[in-house]
Amino acid sequence: MKKNDSEWLYTISPKKSLINLNFVEIWRYRDLLLLFVKRDIITLYKQTVLGPLWYFIQPLFTSVIFTLIFNNIANIDTGNGIPPFLFNLIGITTWNYFSTCLTGTSDTFKSNQNIFSKVYFPRVITPLSGVLSNVIKFGVQLLVFILFYIYFYISLVDTQMTARPNEYIALLPFVILLMALLGLGLGMVISSMTTKYRDLSFLVGFGVQLLMYASAVMYPLSLIEEKVRNGSIPEIAGYLVAYNPMSTIIELMRYITLSTGEFSLFNLAYTTIICVLIFLIGLIIFNRTEKSFIDTV
Amino acid sequence: MSDIILKAENISKQYRLGLVGTGTISHDLNRWWHKIRGKEDPYLKIGESNDRSTKGSSEYVWALQDINFNLHRGEVLGIIGKNGAGKSTLLKILSKVTTPTVGEIKTKGRIASLLEVGTGFHGEMTGKENIYLNGAILGMTKKEISSKIDEIIEFSGCQRYIDTPVKRYSSGMTVRLAFAVAAFLEPEILVIDEVLAVGDAEFQKKAIGKMQDISKGEGRTVIFVSHNMAAVKNLCTRGIVLEHGKVVFTGNQNESVDYYLSNSISNIPLNDRKDRVGNKNIIVKAISFFNKNGDSISQAISGEYLRVRLHIQKNRPVDFSKLFVGIAFLDNQEKKVVSFLSDEMGSDFSYVADNNYIDLMIPEFLLRSAVYNLTFMITEGSTRSTDALDVLENAAEITVLEGDYWNTGKTNRAGDFAIIPATYESKL
Repeated sequence: MKKNDSEWLYTISPKKSLINLNFVEIWRYRDLLLLFVKRDIITLYKQTVLGPLWYFIQPLFTSVIFTLIFNNIANIDTGNGIPPFLFNLIGITTWNYFSTCLTGTSDTFKSNQNIFSKVYFPRVITPLSGVLSNVIKFGVQLLVFILFYIYFYISLVDTQMTARPNEYIALLPFVILLMALLGLGLGMVISSMTTKYRDLSFLVGFGVQLLMYASAVMYPLSLIEEKVRNGSIPEIAGYLVAYNPMSTIIELMRYITLSTGEFSLFNLAYTTIICVLIFLIGLIIFNRTEKSFIDTV
Repeated sequence: MSDIILKAENISKQYRLGLVGTGTISHDLNRWWHKIRGKEDPYLKIGESNDRSTKGSSEYVWALQDINFNLHRGEVLGIIGKNGAGKSTLLKILSKVTTPTVGEIKTKGRIASLLEVGTGFHGEMTGKENIYLNGAILGMTKKEISSKIDEIIEFSGCQRYIDTPVKRYSSGMTVRLAFAVAAFLEPEILVIDEVLAVGDAEFQKKAIGKMQDISKGEGRTVIFVSHNMAAVKNLCTRGIVLEHGKVVFTGNQNESVDYYLSNSISNIPLNDRKDRVGNKNIIVKAISFFNKNGDSISQAISGEYLRVRLHIQKNRPVDFSKLFVGIAFLDNQEKKVVSFLSDEMGSDFSYVADNNYIDLMIPEFLLRSAVYNLTFMITEGSTRSTDALDVLENAAEITVLEGDYWNTGKTNRAGDFAIIPATYESKL
């Protein structure tokens, strides 16, 4: 009895198609995804005294420092009626989400080498779980922002605090998705390359730091445009900031929560396209790497 | 004929030797350049077969070459071979951890692999949480795990610690817990790598028993890699022997084990040894071991027949009827565990005058599983080593594998000491 080939469930072979992301398979491993998220959350601050308080401490302290340096010393104007502390807090919280997604994903192959060399599951589960557990962390940090917003709102109510969330706040999940896609995409490219060439992992460390300065985290985008116009910043640097998708995202976050900065559908569309593109490129490269990375890592 | 559930066709796997990282970019570029011109990969053809001991000229080796086999539903396939024969590489390919360089594997069932127990265990999480995590990594859904959690905990024997972080566990407990999870996996095809070699004797017994249930009782298809020949004989229904990345033998489990044991290294060259003592009127130029079929072996099975042969080279005339021969086996701490002294045994070596070897026949080699060294002494007319013809310590090494001396289906525990024939009286 000759069975024909269509009966085979699957084939293990060296052939590589461009994208063979098996969604059915990923769906079958959804429990693993959630368990990974749970693991990340419950083990992160085990055996620390302050525990989950660390979620709050880091963005708060960074905001305080940024406010001192950039607003009080360097006199960056955050706009009328916008408390610089809130301005920085939302920027840093947003940036943190992106940067933890990026650095976490870019380490996927290296830090999971032990598991990956012993057992198969769709590798993309690991970075996905990282991004998901970061969403939870981001959510907690947003709560902190809300608390401080309320504090400022009450204490400055009779002065000139004009910062208000607007109706575009509905875009919040979409903005988070964009950041996740961007972080995942870039991270997957880097993690795939680092399996063979370790140089990149050194780059990520300070690269992310540098990128923050080019992403309008501690200054409004309009400031850069103004500086380019009056010639104190070279045009190329202006472009770098303006076309950096993260600047748009952070500017957008400030717009929907504090109604400051600029918002245009064109920018949003441009950023969306870039994020999706980078994500797809990352996915393709990641997919090609995951099959045999264990031989080169 | 039962239907084929997995089919491996021309599986080959190439590895690059030396320092990966130097020159990889240039090789990658070269490969890519050949590829866009539609030519064959320039590095694929230069590989050599993977023999560790001989130095090859190529930087690339084939860890596996043209592996073909079919696996039928309900079959337990044992893969045996020496270290470096390609067993682990084959398992890695089967479990999708890496891909073959050439060839493909087609399968009709889900494969779950156990290349290690406790993959993904996190020390900070409790035993229970780790059961869920590990189970999910191995491919179970949360629902499946929940339905079996009580059995898993019971099988592991860690009830008391189940809500304690795993980092507080002893290493043995961790292994028990990990094996318990794995034992309740229910894939169509299970791939197992030597995970039985863990835990204490009691747990090993439990593990092997569970393995037997899985393979025999539940009719699961299993691929099993092990150095434990007794386990292979016990559990498997078929075996393939790998050597230097190629399949050299396929057959039922007993034939495969016999083939493997008889083709391991034998006839250790003793000629070059400088630490001999004695006047060298005769010397032992080689030592070999044989099983009861007369096949040359380097690994014996505890409790089974073993023949030790000293190959003699006669340099000057010797009165063989006055010959004294002593052979002793030493454990790894250089302590004698057993010796065979010809004067006690009343042996006569006159026959050696017309032959070139001295044979020691051991009907039941009752040392437990371990590696033993053989030391011999040959003297003429006395038993003092000052009158020695040839004395050599650590002249040969023999690995004794676990056997089933009592015929109970349970392998005898390892340890470098002996078994002595006995029974517990069933009534007095």
